[in-house]
Amino acid sequence: MGEAIVVTSGKGGVGKTTTSANVGTVLALQGKKVCLVDTDIGLRNLDVVMGLENRIIYDLVDVAQGRCKLNQALVKDKRFECLSMLPAAQTTDKTAVKPSEMKKMVDELKSDFDYVIIDCPAGIERGFRNAVAGADHAIVVTTPEISSVRDADRIIGLLEQEKQITPPRLIINRIRQHLLKSGEMLEIDEIMNILAIDLLGIVVDDDGVISSSNKGEPVALNPSSKAAQAYRNIGRRILGETVPLMVLDEKNGFFHRFKSLLGMR
Amino acid sequence: MSATQPLVTMKGRKDGLVLVMDEACAYRDLVRELKEKLAANTNLYKEGPVISVKVQAGNRYISEVQRDQLKEIIHSFDHLKVEDIQSNVMTLEDIAKKKAQEKIVPIARIIRSGQVLSVEGDLLLVGDVNPGGTVSATGNIYIFGALRGVAAAGSDGDGKDAVIVASIMKPTQLKIGQVISRNENGSVEEMKEDHLLECAYLDEKIGKIVIDRVHAALKKRNLSLVLEKL
Ligand SMILES: Nc1ncnc2c1ncn2[C@@H]1O[C@H](COP(=O)(O)OP(=O)(O)OP(=O)(O)O)[C@@H](O)[C@H]1O
Ligand SMILES: [Mg+2]
Repeated sequence: MGEAIVVTSGKGGVGKTTTSANVGTVLALQGKKVCLVDTDIGLRNLDVVMGLENRIIYDLVDVAQGRCKLNQALVKDKRFECLSMLPAAQTTDKTAVKPSEMKKMVDELKSDFDYVIIDCPAGIERGFRNAVAGADHAIVVTTPEISSVRDADRIIGLLEQEKQITPPRLIINRIRQHLLKSGEMLEIDEIMNILAIDLLGIVVDDDGVISSSNKGEPVALNPSSKAAQAYRNIGRRILGETVPLMVLDEKNGFFHRFKSLLGMR
Repeated sequence: MSATQPLVTMKGRKDGLVLVMDEACAYRDLVRELKEKLAANTNLYKEGPVISVKVQAGNRYISEVQRDQLKEIIHSFDHLKVEDIQSNVMTLEDIAKKKAQEKIVPIARIIRSGQVLSVEGDLLLVGDVNPGGTVSATGNIYIFGALRGVAAAGSDGDGKDAVIVASIMKPTQLKIGQVISRNENGSVEEMKEDHLLECAYLDEKIGKIVIDRVHAALKKRNLSLVLEKL
């Protein structure tokens, strides 16, 4: 029996889809059987980021409404045998699927896969409730901006009310070193102080993320990029390893303070 | 009932006058005799300083209306001032209300954006109130953590004596009784440098909410009484 992890944020455009694609990819790289689930019905784009758009025949709404079997809707990745995707529908809206139907699909997937990664749409309404319905764990993505942190806090409050989900873990995305240095960006420890949940990883702002999404090739596959290294570490932490945070700034190594957050003394 | 047994007994004390009332007779007889007795003894308090009066009603329930009436009667004599009307009897309703107000409600969690926590009595929160989160209590609020959101103490309307204490005081808004202060220049009178454990209270002289160190606030207010309950 595998486990289902929902990737969510509240605010839009902070990197949920990018995170889902890359976390799924690094887990597949480690040989795990992974299924990515796009619950952003009406605004799907996980398929584009994964470069699998042209392989879609059925989608999650077809499964929910009984037009096909779950297996028939799964799209196989072109790089990894062990990686699949359940695409969202593009032509309907979020009310086309009920949370109970979503949970049934995720439960079925869990019996076939080690990890089911659920890409959640922005917002706190139906789409969010669909995405969390079958999840066992949650990853909250935020950027170092006040509005994004505020929405992450709201989402964490909602996730804490979902009894079946373990305490959510945080990924801070799009850290920009020059802004961090000049004090124009929220510091990591300020964010951690407010959100007070475990830190799963920090991903730098990396142009490589955008160019590789455009190519339909998750950045995690390009080992020379900083973001790829961060996603690989996140993957290992999900698998239960203790991996130190990358030191982005060698000189004063400001990440040493967060070791304790990752369970290291 | 024998006519020799008085319904109202007047006792002079160093610190004022004590009126001991019979607890078994009809209330209207009590009122009649009170008026008579006070009128008969005006020579005691015709002039000179104000004399404070304590009424001891014993095991008789005195309603709000009756309380006001007794005060009115006594105050119709110039130099008398009612200090207290004591009765051993309370209604169940009063007791329930009092109990709820004196209760300390301990809660350990983070109040996150969009969440509201309201309690009757004093709130003892172990955890933070994040921006966008709200806590309110009919009594006082004690936060062992950071207050970054909204806190409303004395929320049943006339709780202007309520206080808000927090380990880290960085509120977006404070409300005590009916007075609101936003975290903008001038709306909160901050007398602090950078201390842990700060206390916000309503300074009625300036009509503003003041944030001060706990022990400084303690001196100004009768906070020790409040904190004793903890
Ligand atoms: N670490 C990063 N560095 C650079 N660009 C990034 C990074 N993470 C995400 N982006 C870019 O930000 C944009 C939004 O990312 P993404 O689509 O993953 O967000 P989302 O949270 O899924 O958005 P939505 O709420 O619309 O679903 C994309 O163009 C993506 O390429
Ligand atoms: Mg998305």
